[in-house]
Amino acid sequence: MEKIDHDIKLLFEQSVEGQSGVNLPQCDVPEASVSEAIPSALLAATPVRLPEMCEREVTRHFTRLSERMMSVDANFYPLGSCTMKYNPKINEWAADLPGFTAGHPYQDVQDIQGSMELMYRLRQLLEEIAGLSEVSLHPAAGAHGELTAMMVVRAYFRDRGENRDEVLIPDTAHGTNPASCALCGERVTIVKSTPEGLVDLDDLAAKITDNTAAMMITNPNTLGLFDKSIKKIADILHQRGAQLYLDGANMNAIMGQVRPGDCGVDVMHYNLHKTFSTPHGCGGPGAGPIAVAEHLAPFLPAPQVDFVDGKYVWDFNRPKSIGKVRTFYGQFGVMVRAYTYIRALGHSGIKNVSDKAVLAANYLGKKLEPFYTLPYPLPCMHEFVISAEKQKDDHGIRALDIAKQLIDYGIHPPTIYFPLIVSECMMIEPTETETLETLDRFAAIMQRIAEQARTNPELAHQAPVTTPVSRVDEVKAAREPNLRWRYKE
Amino acid sequence: MAYSGISQKQVRHMLDTIGVARIDDLFADIPAELRLGKLLNLPEPMDDLSLQNHLRSLANRNHGTDKLISFLGAGSYDHFIPPVVDALASRSEFVTAYTPYQAEASQGVLQAFYEFQTMICEITGMDVTNASMYEAGSATAEAVLMARDITGRSKVLIGQNVHPEYVQIVRTYLASQPMTIEIIPTPTGTIEPSVLASLIDDQTAAVVIQQPDFFGCLNPVDKIADAIHAAKGLLISVVDPISLGLIAGPGQLGVDIVVGEGQPLGLYQNFGGPYLGFMAAKSAYLRRLPGRLIGMTTDHEGRRAFCLTLQTREQHIRRERATSNICSNEGLMAIRAAIYLAAMGKNGFFQVANLCFQKAHYAASQIVGIEGFELAFKAPFFKEFVVRSKKFPVDKVIHEARQAGLLAGVPLECWYPELGDCLLVAVTEKRTRDEIDALVDVFRKIGG
Ligand SMILES: Cc1ncc(COP(=O)(O)O)c(C=O)c1O
Repeated sequence: MEKIDHDIKLLFEQSVEGQSGVNLPQCDVPEASVSEAIPSALLAATPVRLPEMCEREVTRHFTRLSERMMSVDANFYPLGSCTMKYNPKINEWAADLPGFTAGHPYQDVQDIQGSMELMYRLRQLLEEIAGLSEVSLHPAAGAHGELTAMMVVRAYFRDRGENRDEVLIPDTAHGTNPASCALCGERVTIVKSTPEGLVDLDDLAAKITDNTAAMMITNPNTLGLFDKSIKKIADILHQRGAQLYLDGANMNAIMGQVRPGDCGVDVMHYNLHKTFSTPHGCGGPGAGPIAVAEHLAPFLPAPQVDFVDGKYVWDFNRPKSIGKVRTFYGQFGVMVRAYTYIRALGHSGIKNVSDKAVLAANYLGKKLEPFYTLPYPLPCMHEFVISAEKQKDDHGIRALDIAKQLIDYGIHPPTIYFPLIVSECMMIEPTETETLETLDRFAAIMQRIAEQARTNPELAHQAPVTTPVSRVDEVKAAREPNLRWRYKE
Repeated sequence: MAYSGISQKQVRHMLDTIGVARIDDLFADIPAELRLGKLLNLPEPMDDLSLQNHLRSLANRNHGTDKLISFLGAGSYDHFIPPVVDALASRSEFVTAYTPYQAEASQGVLQAFYEFQTMICEITGMDVTNASMYEAGSATAEAVLMARDITGRSKVLIGQNVHPEYVQIVRTYLASQPMTIEIIPTPTGTIEPSVLASLIDDQTAAVVIQQPDFFGCLNPVDKIADAIHAAKGLLISVVDPISLGLIAGPGQLGVDIVVGEGQPLGLYQNFGGPYLGFMAAKSAYLRRLPGRLIGMTTDHEGRRAFCLTLQTREQHIRRERATSNICSNEGLMAIRAAIYLAAMGKNGFFQVANLCFQKAHYAASQIVGIEGFELAFKAPFFKEFVVRSKKFPVDKVIHEARQAGLLAGVPLECWYPELGDCLLVAVTEKRTRDEIDALVDVFRKIGG
């Protein structure tokens, strides 16, 4: 295959003096003197340097950049833990309605009842799916939800005159879990997994203390396994007065099947950008609402959107609230998409999502089993992990090599090297939105890659060969950080 | 179900392949007593047409800046968004991709983020920046924690003229830390360097200011920088990127860490989000930065290439010792800002700032000429100013303006009881002279 080996010049290299991509109006008011109004020390000494390009070139530039991407719309994207499902276009249509996009956060509530109603209804839908008593829509992403939740838990204990500052986290946990605890000033203790990949209850019993504020678990966990002891874990924690936190990144597997609140979960976060089909946008924006049981509700961020006497209002009167974690009220545009999605699906559609997500993962797991090591036997939930250990030991082909080879087949690689407890790990999450044909094609390609590892290992080491660049030198990037272009002085 | 790729007939085949009789069997690990066993108490599914009607009716119940002339600011502004921003940022290649962990499959956005980083550095005059934070408030809190880690000190001073919500967020973030917060009083609207100097001590990790501040005023940042640097603490400044087309960049004035709200750079007001936080710093603090960084490097054949870099600061590698917990950021919003800045270019960026300045000053000069109204602060300002209503309740101004189809400003009483007679008015380049005159007429009608 021929290689596209030409760089797309940086914006700054395309700049042509005097060009601009906009037509701004003439000033229609009498002009004041800037230098009289503002002290010279506070004025820009020289004009800011920005590229000078006509609109045509700006358009060509970003269009060409967009062609150097893999995306859910164009490619199968079985990126475990990220739930890269299809993002229905009606969500985008709704989020782009001017009635929504033009709202100012400090408008009189009377003028913005439609948006507040949407937030209130979304709150209720998420409360029901969680089986918990109150949702806060403030957090900006999953990790931000974790942080907010840990703050809520801390405030709860402080209100009871306790200063617990220790959190238990399984060794399979996502990195944001311990990082969120640290940001909230809590110490992290790791709880081991059993050989079956579940929380080791003996280790939990050994590590829990009267200083334990909470345990953060992900269920199904990052191996794609539902921890059947969840109720027992909750009981162990509750007996010591500690709280059970659920990282809801994997809600796509269980919504409509089981409610976290019914399992003894006290507090959880959602990722609207995973479970509820809002697009990931090259890394964001997401949204990470949290749901809590009644005893934690007084500590949620303020204001809360509420419905009183036939009117949607902001409830600021929350004396025990942790306060604000984000400016204004949360990622409203993301909420519009998630709300649209849940309303489209309704009660039966939500269950159908988890049904099909789990079906697709098990089907794919079964298809890959003959060629790769499955460290944890099927059935799985909505995702599963395989290990490329065999390929590495026998042929020197690592998970990274397989990932790069998939790119050449037009498939975005699975999550690799996570969770940390599985060597040469590849975490595969097909989601419910892919077709049988896509799943079969993926399985066939993975089989072929496994065979080529034996017959022609060089292919894997050279991959990818179809992309604008070959393997990128990440070591050099870290050793000689070049994080911005520099104008020649 | 339109969103599922698997047909009912295919389900049978898949179950046979797996070797189970029913989908339910796959959920056997969930103990029966925990299973829901019925449908969630959610509404019925909706067809596309009913759903569109429902959402349209919700949207139509709003009266936002699409229907009304807005002079609302306070951290969310009605700036011009060039159509090219929507056209390019809505390309699904960007919209539906994940974080560019696989560099070879994501060169497009990696380059766009690198360009974003470059332009944020250029407009702020700083050395390094990351590929976005959630929004300005939480970015401010993260900057404070960063300053704590850099200095090993436990006290932070924050101007009373910093956005009250940002201050609240800093308080929330610091509630579980052994740190103290002191507020720098600003009765004149801006920070007085001598007052500040008396508050700084050898435990002061950082001074947090906003420029232009929440009231729209310009502070003597250079002198503030001298005061805190004399005590070896850091200066953190929250900035409005639009102002940087005209007023001095924080890098020029000695700021150590800059954070800001990127909403004015081509993002809709969207009832408060999603927005775009940014953070930039002196190069000495590079390894303390939270969030993702994009670097330029080469591929194995020596061609220019881009990738995520210095990831050992981040949660997925460093876990509880990471510089922050941030994972998902505001990628698509950073792309919008990059397109916005590229389209505006050097001249457009200056013109927008100048138009904001001119129109705000015209509006202010007209309003203060009316009996009963004055500017609350004498300090120089950029695009926002505080009007004090000496005789009439502020609510009356807001109400009369609303009757005329105008959103007059943000009342300040809920944050500053002593400014209960004040209104924060923002004027962007979008406001025409006629619109400004209409607002002035409202004041005139009330003031007589
Ligand atoms: C299991 C798990 N927890 C938490 C997160 C963090 O979510 P976010 O990226 O929205 O902050 C992720 C996302 O990658 C995840 O997979």
